Amino acid sequence: MSAIAALHDPARREESAADHESGKARPLLEAVGLTKHFGNFTALNNVSLALQAGEFHALLGENGAGKSTLVKCILGYYRPDAGDVVLDGREQTIENPRDARRLGIGMVYQHFTLVPAMTVLENLVMSRVDVPRVVDWKAERRALIRFLETMPLKVPLDTPVDRLSAGERQKTEILKQLYLGSRVLVLDEPTSVLTPDEAREVLGFLRKRARETGMAVLLITHKFAEVTAFCDRVTVLRRGIKAGQGTVADLSIADMAAMMIGERDLAEVPDREATTPGSSPVLRLEAVRSGDAATRGSIAIEALDVFAGEIVGIAGISGNGQKRLVDLLSGQEAPDAGTLLVKGEPYDASRAAAQKLKVRCLPEEPLRNACVGRMSVSDNLAFRSFDRDAEGRRIRLLDRQRMRSEAERLIAAYAVKTQSPSAPVATLSGGNVQRAVLARELQGETDLLVAANPCFGLDFGAVADIRAQLIAARNRGTAVLLVSEDLDEIVALSDRIMVMFEGRIVYECAGGAEADTTVIGGHMAGHG
Amino acid sequence: MTTDLGIWAVPLAVLGGALRVSTPFLFVSLGECVTEKSGRINLGLEGTLVFGAMAGYGGSLLTGSPWLGVLIAGLAGVLFGLMHGAVCSLPRVNDIAVGIAMMLLGTGVAFFFGKPLIQPAAPMLPAISFGGWSDVPQLRAALEVSPLFLIGILVAVLLAFMFKRTRLGLIIRMVGDSADAARAMGYPILPVRIGATAFGGFMAGVAGAYLSLYYPGSWNEHISSGQGLIAVALVIFARWNPIACFGAALLFGGAGALGPALQSVGVTSGYYLFYAAPYILTLVILFFTSSRNRALDGAPRELSITK
Repeated sequence: MSAIAALHDPARREESAADHESGKARPLLEAVGLTKHFGNFTALNNVSLALQAGEFHALLGENGAGKSTLVKCILGYYRPDAGDVVLDGREQTIENPRDARRLGIGMVYQHFTLVPAMTVLENLVMSRVDVPRVVDWKAERRALIRFLETMPLKVPLDTPVDRLSAGERQKTEILKQLYLGSRVLVLDEPTSVLTPDEAREVLGFLRKRARETGMAVLLITHKFAEVTAFCDRVTVLRRGIKAGQGTVADLSIADMAAMMIGERDLAEVPDREATTPGSSPVLRLEAVRSGDAATRGSIAIEALDVFAGEIVGIAGISGNGQKRLVDLLSGQEAPDAGTLLVKGEPYDASRAAAQKLKVRCLPEEPLRNACVGRMSVSDNLAFRSFDRDAEGRRIRLLDRQRMRSEAERLIAAYAVKTQSPSAPVATLSGGNVQRAVLARELQGETDLLVAANPCFGLDFGAVADIRAQLIAARNRGTAVLLVSEDLDEIVALSDRIMVMFEGRIVYECAGGAEADTTVIGGHMAGHG
Repeated sequence: MTTDLGIWAVPLAVLGGALRVSTPFLFVSLGECVTEKSGRINLGLEGTLVFGAMAGYGGSLLTGSPWLGVLIAGLAGVLFGLMHGAVCSLPRVNDIAVGIAMMLLGTGVAFFFGKPLIQPAAPMLPAISFGGWSDVPQLRAALEVSPLFLIGILVAVLLAFMFKRTRLGLIIRMVGDSADAARAMGYPILPVRIGATAFGGFMAGVAGAYLSLYYPGSWNEHISSGQGLIAVALVIFARWNPIACFGAALLFGGAGALGPALQSVGVTSGYYLFYAAPYILTLVILFFTSSRNRALDGAPRELSITK
């Protein structure tokens, strides 16, 4: 049944009138007890959410808290394992995004759903449910110009989408949803690609529009500033559970940060031995710039030092430049300006420099970024050393026997579970790939280790193992730069913590028990 | 009977050749244009073309009507297109590899069934004469065009209109440009691609029938000189624009006619080099139209070569 037919159903109108008399405003959209499992992992556990007509509602949470899973269940991308979606007081089965669109629920995604080679006009027309067989562009253009005149957001109609800036694309996506007449609009971190001015313009406009037309807006975000400036109510998710809900006016930023981060038990970690940090840093970054300033993922770091025998944790919500920092140190990107020094020498991340200065890297998604999946475990373990003999001299022909015996030694030492050293590395589980790469990177002497999200997606056993290896490396006197989106991990492992926000280091504090996660969380959300 | 035209005989012969030789290029490239717009590349069209030539000749011979032969060739092409489209819809199947296999399959099967068709003479397609106003017999000969050429121009215009103005055309472009967006908008992806590949097969089949039933107008195993493959390069050269496909087909047709034209005015040395003109032109064009930044400007982004 279509939404329009539902509106004309007399029985339903009486029902809504009765609701009105009882004085209880019925929510426009309600999610009741949504639960979603992925294998053994519970992404969403019995979460309920109600959107009133005309309200601007924030959905706040860390990465992986279940925000996207929740809205994807509502939008019909995922089928929830339990729970219902109720629209206008009527239970709806939303099988796919098209159903949601028919019911007037629209979403603006982080990845855009516009066709790059088509113009804005073509994209807007094609998004309609009823595209005529032959399109009368003159009439469509007139209708769209009339529609755009009522909107403060401006986009050029005849420009192909791939020539638009990210901000213009975001605006086009929002205009598309308004053009389709969505009554419920879900925005997935829309300001990540907008400049601050654009963000204010877009969110301010949507808030006004919600007030005027009774549209409900659900804003997925992790920025407190957006919540306090634009939202009426907020729902906070933490690890798939609803951690709190309330009216924004009644909540302080500290309250929201506490809901988002929570009271946490520190994970078990091996004892850290007292080390004597050297007087000069192993890694030093000075005024490093990379990427177009002020765009998502670019960095502008004035100073970053890592000394021998310490772990420096870089905290931050993904997309604030951490990836580019790791790319710079692993040689996948070159800095636009500034200097990168390792032990006082300029470091260009070439293979020669990495070997000479003993820099090693454990990138995120190591199967993709640090391994050749179809090559054997033994070959992958030898990537750093296959062209050197036992004494470190260059060799021309591979020494298969030594590669194999080295692999067997590392597999045993790091407890890598594999059928044999000659099995393709892609056949290993995620945790074992991580162990194998770590084994390779830590063999021999390592002076600087860069680790990015080393425990992402691993089971508890593997997490404990990897963390123990990082601490052990630190205890041996290696300087470790740990970049992670998992704040618990940063707090548990780091000697010093730095928070990255929009490409800059905005806060620094001591790690371990002294760290105040609420304060760190505030800085991660750009509020400090 | 013939008038001595001197050096003017060359451009005239090139013009006549362009009109005759370009038609198979035109049909194959228009069909491939639609297929590529939907996000697939069908390299098997060379095989479809050869099979179409055989099927068209055989059809004309058996039914006595060359037009029925053209239709049979087209339908045979549809079968090849459907086969390519369906196989490529299976997960983890590469359309280029399938295309090469289909190319060899098409030519092989055509030679197998075409053996008995080499001797008998099938009824040919008629020609329309546009040269009645002139006294120069060479000009009259040059302006003899096949109705298929005119149909090809019409199809080019219709396709341009379709991509610009119709829902079907926009859906094909959408599927070929961003499968994600098409999925989010709820448009089907595989059926559109299979349909577009089947259309490409139909056009290649018709192009084959043109070869065997009009020009050169016989069935043998050397009927195609790679038109099916060159047409794929031609679509890239034409930047996936049907009208530009027509221009490119004329250009390639004219280049193909250069060798015979020179021979006809008595250039006896080195004209074999001019026979190679279309192939040299292919390389030269690909070289000059390539660039680091805008090499694949306007290319459908779902194509396996651009992804």
